Amino acid sequence: MQGVFDVLFNGLSIGAVLLIAALGLAIVFGLMGVINLAHGELMMLGAYTTFIVQNAFKPLGDSPLFSAYIFVALIAAFFVAAGVGLFLERQVVRYLYGRPLETLLATWGVSLILRQFVRSVSWSIAIGLVLFSLLFWGGQWVLKRRLDWNQLKAKALTILLPLSSAIAIIGGVVLNANKALAKPWFSARNIDVTAPSWLRGGVNLGSFQFPVARLFIIGLTILCLLGTYWFLQKSAWGLRIRAVTQNREMSACLGIPTNTVDALTFALGSGLAGVAGCAVTLLGSVGPNLGANYIVDAFMVVVVGGVGKLIGSVVAAIAIGTVTYLLGSGYLPLWMTQLGLTETLQPLFDFFTFFSTTSMAKVMVFALIITFLQIKPAGLFPQKGRTVDA
Amino acid sequence: MVGAIALVFLVIVPLILPVSRLQILGRFLSLAIVALGIDLVWGYTGLLSLGHGIFFALGGYALAMNLSLQLPEGQIPEFFSLYGVEKLPWFWAPFNSFPFTLLAIFVIPAAIAGLLGYVVFRNRIRGVYFSILTQAALVVFFNLFNGQQKLINGTNGLKTASAELFGGQVGSPDVQFKLYMLTIVLLVGAYVLCRWLTGGRFGRLLVAIRDDEPRVRFSGYDPTAFKVLVFAVSGAIAGIAGALYTVQSGIVSPQYMDIAFSIEMVIWVAVGGRATLVGAVLGALLVNWARVLLSERFPEVWLFFQGALFLIVVTVLPDGIIGWFRSGGVNQVRSLLGMAPPVSTFPAVDLNEEIQREREIVQQKDS
Repeated sequence: MQGVFDVLFNGLSIGAVLLIAALGLAIVFGLMGVINLAHGELMMLGAYTTFIVQNAFKPLGDSPLFSAYIFVALIAAFFVAAGVGLFLERQVVRYLYGRPLETLLATWGVSLILRQFVRSVSWSIAIGLVLFSLLFWGGQWVLKRRLDWNQLKAKALTILLPLSSAIAIIGGVVLNANKALAKPWFSARNIDVTAPSWLRGGVNLGSFQFPVARLFIIGLTILCLLGTYWFLQKSAWGLRIRAVTQNREMSACLGIPTNTVDALTFALGSGLAGVAGCAVTLLGSVGPNLGANYIVDAFMVVVVGGVGKLIGSVVAAIAIGTVTYLLGSGYLPLWMTQLGLTETLQPLFDFFTFFSTTSMAKVMVFALIITFLQIKPAGLFPQKGRTVDA
Repeated sequence: MVGAIALVFLVIVPLILPVSRLQILGRFLSLAIVALGIDLVWGYTGLLSLGHGIFFALGGYALAMNLSLQLPEGQIPEFFSLYGVEKLPWFWAPFNSFPFTLLAIFVIPAAIAGLLGYVVFRNRIRGVYFSILTQAALVVFFNLFNGQQKLINGTNGLKTASAELFGGQVGSPDVQFKLYMLTIVLLVGAYVLCRWLTGGRFGRLLVAIRDDEPRVRFSGYDPTAFKVLVFAVSGAIAGIAGALYTVQSGIVSPQYMDIAFSIEMVIWVAVGGRATLVGAVLGALLVNWARVLLSERFPEVWLFFQGALFLIVVTVLPDGIIGWFRSGGVNQVRSLLGMAPPVSTFPAVDLNEEIQREREIVQQKDS
């Protein structure tokens, strides 16, 4: 009995992590048909934001105020990731609408840059970046006031871009000579976030112990889910997002600013990734490659869940989480032994034993997903519509 | 044209470069073979596969398994003893035979690609869904090979350098030189195959599937069969490339199924130019050369550069270098530098102001 309970709790807890990682992805994919391969890196940014916030709270010592850093970190992670996401949408993704495969490649490029960025970011690089932004976008802002901006635009950009990047790079290299400024902030090593004291340990319930951190993540996921649901169903912008998801052209005809809706949705999805990143810091140390561990699983949640409804992602995440844990934890062969079925079903027993490690469980889960897609190619809750998708 | 370039690589380059450099070039050329395969599925058919590392690694493993089995009768490869395995796993047995291995190098990847393609395309899953599923398949195969220490030596991979091939040790300069030659021959072979496939009616159908699949279906064709076929062919090409790459780098390991590596293959094709076979080869060589240059000196810059490359290729150069070149890119540069566009007729006619003025007048009258 305890085994069943264990599987259910762990499955739910893995599912919650998957869900919180996949939630933003599902919304963005549903709305724009865009796969954001940098989603994992946005999670990573959320995790690093948590690390910074925690360090900022360090001087408070062990007081209860320090324990509250996690809430500040959650909000900060949301806004940092949302800001980066918004920037990404405005500068890159916007130009690639209707070309989902190209978007996928572009976001992969962004994810590579972000990964290397957290590894090597130092004061000199940061100052160089600020300098570049000031010169490039500031210059554009100044020039935009001129009436003949539209004629000037191409020429101004070809001059501004190399000029400001050259100044920024030279500035960065000069500053790099200073040892203190050249020292990377995080370096390539993993960072550890100490969970607040109230999130450590566990709650005992009978003979069973629930780790508080995992309970917290489950709670956080439910909160995010409810928040997103409320936003999409009850708010005016949520209504617009749903309208554009269903039919982009029609919504545009009816006066919905699809551009703004896209930007908003992308920012929201990225912000949720930031929250997810903050959540996973509670599970262990995090590094620049954090995103890669979650991204493929999160995509599987979206593929299985379908893009029509949030509930699809919920069911898919919990199902994938539970099945992964059930297979990977080796409970199946154990139960078969307990029930005395080992002799009669020897091949099945060998089969389950073979797949009873975490990585082999993933293999099995993928096979199951492919099988599932044979029955329901568009996921659990496909979007209803009359598009000719022959 | 292609023959001439191949001759340059076959005859002149070996005279200039030492064997150690030649080995690196040979590796790049085998990567160019994969790029051809990817161009076939992505450039022509519009299927973005992020999982070609699977087929690449399968080809490599097939050859490496054969090479590790070059042992006296009754012995099994050394690494098995580390994990306490005493009997050769059943699926190793056929790789004792060299002809079987040669066949397996491209048949197994093709079969896996065909199967994966069939279960995916059958349900009309396409676009980004297909890309994501191939990526997931890649992760799955990575886990499968990485986790199975007892079957295939897991993370450590299989080493090939000390085995015998073509009458010498694989790692020796002599054999490496022969492998380099073989790579060029096979690259030309793959190029000719792709040329032949994309040239005729089959090629036009592939482009039609890329541009408007429903319409192809409504015209009475079954796109699924064609997509499965082309994906399998591409997998086979990747398998051959993987085998060549393995013997030239001395090891095959699950790292060949790294997510980043498979996406990188796509960017080679994108840099060179989609739907141009020359572009795929050129892109693979250029990007890998840049990688060696950059990561030797500034390892940190390489990822930044690669990321920027993805962004630039997608936003500024969607047709790659070859596409840009063909759409008059040279003229654009010339006009930026303030030079006159090249003339199409006789210079004396084209540059003569009198004649041009009269021509304009005639044109105005016509309109």
